[in-house]
Amino acid sequence: MRGLGWQAIRLWAILVYGFMFLPIAVVVLLSFNASQFGSFPMTGLSFRWFAKLAENDAIIRALQTSMVLGVLTAIISTTLGVLASLALVRYRVPGSNLVSTVLIAPILVPEVVLAVALLLFLNFLNINKSFTLLLMGHVTFTLPFVILVVQARLVSIKRDVEEAAMSLGASPRQAFFQITLPLLMPAVLAGGLFAFTISFDDITGTLFWKPGGVETVPTQIFAMLRNSISPEINALGTLMIVITVGLPLLGVAIARKISKKSGT
Amino acid sequence: MSIEARERRQPWVLLSPALVTVTLLLFVPLLFIVVYSFWLRTATGADQAGFFLDNWQKALGDQFYRDILFSTLRIAAITTVICALMGYPAAYFIARSEGNKGLLLLMLMLPFWISYIIRTMSWISILGVSGALNSALLWLGVISEPMQMLYNETTVILGLVHYLLPFMVLNVFVSLDGLDRNLEDAANSLGATKWQSFVNVTLPLSLPGLAAGGLLCFVLGAGTYITPVILGGPRDAMFANLVFEAIITQLNWPLGSALSLMLLVVLGALVMIYNRYLGMAQLIKGLG
Repeated sequence: MRGLGWQAIRLWAILVYGFMFLPIAVVVLLSFNASQFGSFPMTGLSFRWFAKLAENDAIIRALQTSMVLGVLTAIISTTLGVLASLALVRYRVPGSNLVSTVLIAPILVPEVVLAVALLLFLNFLNINKSFTLLLMGHVTFTLPFVILVVQARLVSIKRDVEEAAMSLGASPRQAFFQITLPLLMPAVLAGGLFAFTISFDDITGTLFWKPGGVETVPTQIFAMLRNSISPEINALGTLMIVITVGLPLLGVAIARKISKKSGT
Repeated sequence: MSIEARERRQPWVLLSPALVTVTLLLFVPLLFIVVYSFWLRTATGADQAGFFLDNWQKALGDQFYRDILFSTLRIAAITTVICALMGYPAAYFIARSEGNKGLLLLMLMLPFWISYIIRTMSWISILGVSGALNSALLWLGVISEPMQMLYNETTVILGLVHYLLPFMVLNVFVSLDGLDRNLEDAANSLGATKWQSFVNVTLPLSLPGLAAGGLLCFVLGAGTYITPVILGGPRDAMFANLVFEAIITQLNWPLGSALSLMLLVVLGALVMIYNRYLGMAQLIKGLG
């Protein structure tokens, strides 16, 4: 049996969970509030704010921008990240510590500084604020996260399988595409989802890089907040929660299914 | 080409796209703003290339900037301590619980996936004049008028703690989970009380995780831009707000460069000290 100390720790942990979930619960709850104000008291349950969202062109455009940006960021970051992780895990790279530090540097540099540097440098090269700048920025700060996630998964894939394929006559290319890549899929998926979520949620860098008139969902919410919290913001918040929490959970489920199928 | 040469070249072929990207989009731009910070913004709005110390004089000498730098570091430090006090026991609970650790950890990490701006603004719905807390207190009859609880330094810290706590929990959990429990049992069997074995064995061994979590909380907290804008009052600006002001509002890019570099040097020094004594490995483990 565990003593009083453990009970205290458990109570503390429950309070911490409460602290983390309370604000989110409030946003979700308020998004179903029938009242025309985005605050308490609740006057009834309603889906009208979600319907209102679908009619709001600015929000629809922001959602589209965020989606396209997130997907492109995920594709580019994951490609770069998987290649780099393969090199770091599979080969003995001289100076691999330095290489790793360089690759995760974008996390260690405050995002504001990264945003300013990239903005001013590209402006100096006559590349103005544009979607391309936004995409380059998002790739830069999602790349380290992809590399960390993919590397962690890669370590568990044994190189023997690949070598077995090659000793049975597969070319390195065949071995990669038919053996390594399928085994890598969960890692690729995890990295891509991570990059998408981070890009989809980003606001600080985006505020610096976005051209006038272009909004992503977070910057749109930020602009709407200037007035007051409308029920629409709560509904949009709920929608974002569903997207950014639902996708990774879906990813985990799919990865489980894949690994179950391959019998590992 | 021989197999060995190929084997030696291969990793660099794989690494080069990522390395080139980070170099061109991070390191070269950082060097560029170092140069840019010595340029001068002229009255006509054009930037004059050259070697002027004006921006640095202003950034380092002006009391206004120094005050905000110190208050930024103070807010980040308070946030980090609160995260450690809240996060350590929670991580300990997850690491030592007999239930499904993965699920417990996932549950605490869920808010981490939720948009930072939404988590920040949700505090308005709780602490605002017509927020949950005021409504509840009014209903209970504890107060007769809604209280003004928002838009001060405390709410900025509250928002930051909510944003950064998962980083702390994750890092502490990783180091606690990797500990050999036998060490604690050994201490207990040699007569230490549970508290003694925790203070003398478990806590010291988990310090690297605590340090990694603390570093992340501090660096991310000190670089934050959104939280003071949403949850702070007009006098609660943090350093990143000054940078934004200089770059986006005043379009004084040379000054903005100098201010960004100041922030980078202060926070970079912390990362260096950390790296010198603890190495990056712990941090990488905690983030993966």
